This record gives sequence, structure tokens and C-alpha cells, in this order.
Amino acid sequence: MEQHDTPHKEHTNTGYGIYILVWLGLVSLTLITVSLAGFNLAGLTVVTALLIASVKSTMVINYFMHIKYESVLFKVFIAVCLIIFLVMIILTFFDLTYRPEILTK
Amino acid sequence: MSQIHRDDFGSKMGMWLFLFTELLLFGGMFLLYAAYRFAHPAEFVLAAQRLDVTLGTINTIILLTSSLTVVLGIVALQRNSKKLSIFFLSSTLAFGLAFLVNKYFEWGAKIHHGIYPKGPELANMSDGEGLYFGLYYAMTGLHGVHIVVGMIILVFVLVQIFKNRITSDNFVRFENAGLYWHLVDIIWIFLFPLFYLIH
Repeated sequence: MEQHDTPHKEHTNTGYGIYILVWLGLVSLTLITVSLAGFNLAGLTVVTALLIASVKSTMVINYFMHIKYESVLFKVFIAVCLIIFLVMIILTFFDLTYRPEILTK
Repeated sequence: MSQIHRDDFGSKMGMWLFLFTELLLFGGMFLLYAAYRFAHPAEFVLAAQRLDVTLGTINTIILLTSSLTVVLGIVALQRNSKKLSIFFLSSTLAFGLAFLVNKYFEWGAKIHHGIYPKGPELANMSDGEGLYFGLYYAMTGLHGVHIVVGMIILVFVLVQIFKNRITSDNFVRFENAGLYWHLVDIIWIFLFPLFYLIH
């Protein structure tokens, strides 16, 4: 675990540039998602909006939250957390699909 | 130089574990949103027309920029430019405040139009629209509380930088405060399209 004692040492060389670049990407994706909402994409509207939001979050997690340069343990933890949340979503929608009456009182 | 035990790795891990509980807190509300939108798709679209997309877009860009200035503040501190770091961190606080001011005007306009619990306009709406606004107030409200808490934490960081308690070789508290701020940013990244951009 020697390398973990000074995790910040290995990334002192990451400069301002990469973060400004990521920020430009995030702002561009925001403007794209806003303009896409103007078009009628029918059933794909939610999917594209969520897809863009996921790409933006991945950028924030990897660069701003530094996970790209962090130990693999952090990545495993995040993956486990997201899988738990995904399972919750899937099970809820199973319930909503097969027992829709639960939502109508 | 006395040897003080420090575990930056453990400290960050602890912060991430806390962030997971935050993710599941908001996750539960997103699930509720998904279930109700699934049940009332047309009403959600109708209710969303009442939100101001321009104001929402501006707030999104404000939050993204505030996240940028946090990381720039950490880089500046790592490079021993304390003044620059304080400047970036103060900009984050200013952006956070700007976000809250926009939210105040946004909520204020809704309440002025009678859209609030037991309000005259909300009473005329369908169940689905009522649920949309219930979720809107609950979720953006809880998010707003997180912005306030995040700003308080960042003020503590700012004071500690001033007092040289957070320095170029001891800045894990700054990083952890930043992680919290970024999480609040990520939550907004999802709230924005789900509430403002439904058609």
C-alpha cells in the first residue's frame, strides 16, 4: 500500500488546461442537450437526455473528481454503488410494468 | 517537523462512502420521479412547459463553472499559489450564490403564479401535474439545501487556507469538500434535463 500514502503526489503534474477543456466539453454538451430538446425525437427524447447527462457525469467523476487517477478500489466501489442503483431501477420498473395498478390508488 | 499521522487515502475513501449514501438518497427520489412520469407522461410534459429553460440552462452553466473553479483552486494550491487558490475558491462561492439567487427568482415566480401546495393554480391542475410540481419542489429544494451546505463547507476550507492549515502538501480536506461540490453538480446534471427539457 506504499503508493497510497501519497496519492496526491502522482497527479501534481495535471495542469489547468485539461480541466478547462473538460469544462468546455461540459458546457457544449449542455447546449447540445438544450437544443436537442427543441426537436421532436418522440420516444428518444428521454433516452438522449439521459445519455448526455451520463456522459457529462462520467466526465465530472473522471476528471473533476479525479477518479481517472485514483486507485482501482475507488472505481470498484463506484461500480458496485451504480449496479445496486441499477438493480433498484430495474426491479421498480418490473413492478410498474406487471402491476400498474399500484400507481392508480 | 513532528510526525503527525495522516491517511489521505482513507480520508478520501470515507468521503466517497458518504457520497454513495447521498447518491442513494437522491436515487430514491429519481426512482419516484421515474415511476410517476411513467404513470403520467402527458401531464409531466404539460407541467414542464411552465419552467423557464433559459434560467435552467444558465444555472447549469453556473454550476459547471463553479465545479471548474474548485479544481482550479486545488491545482493552484498544489502549485503554491495561495492567492490564486483563494481567488478560485471565492469564485466558486460567488457562483453558488448566483445559483441560489436564480433559484429564488424561479421559485418566487412559481409561487407568485399560485403554484405551491394548496395554491390556487395548483388546485386546478391534474394529479400528474401536481405530482410533477411536488417532485420539482422536493428535489430542487433538497438540491438547494446541498448547495447551501456545500458553500458552508467551502467557507471552512477558505478560512483554513487563509490560516495555512490547508497547504500545498496537506489539502485532502479541500479535495473532499470539492468532491461534495462535484456530487451536487452531478445531481443537477440529471435534474436539469428531467425537469426542464421534457417535450
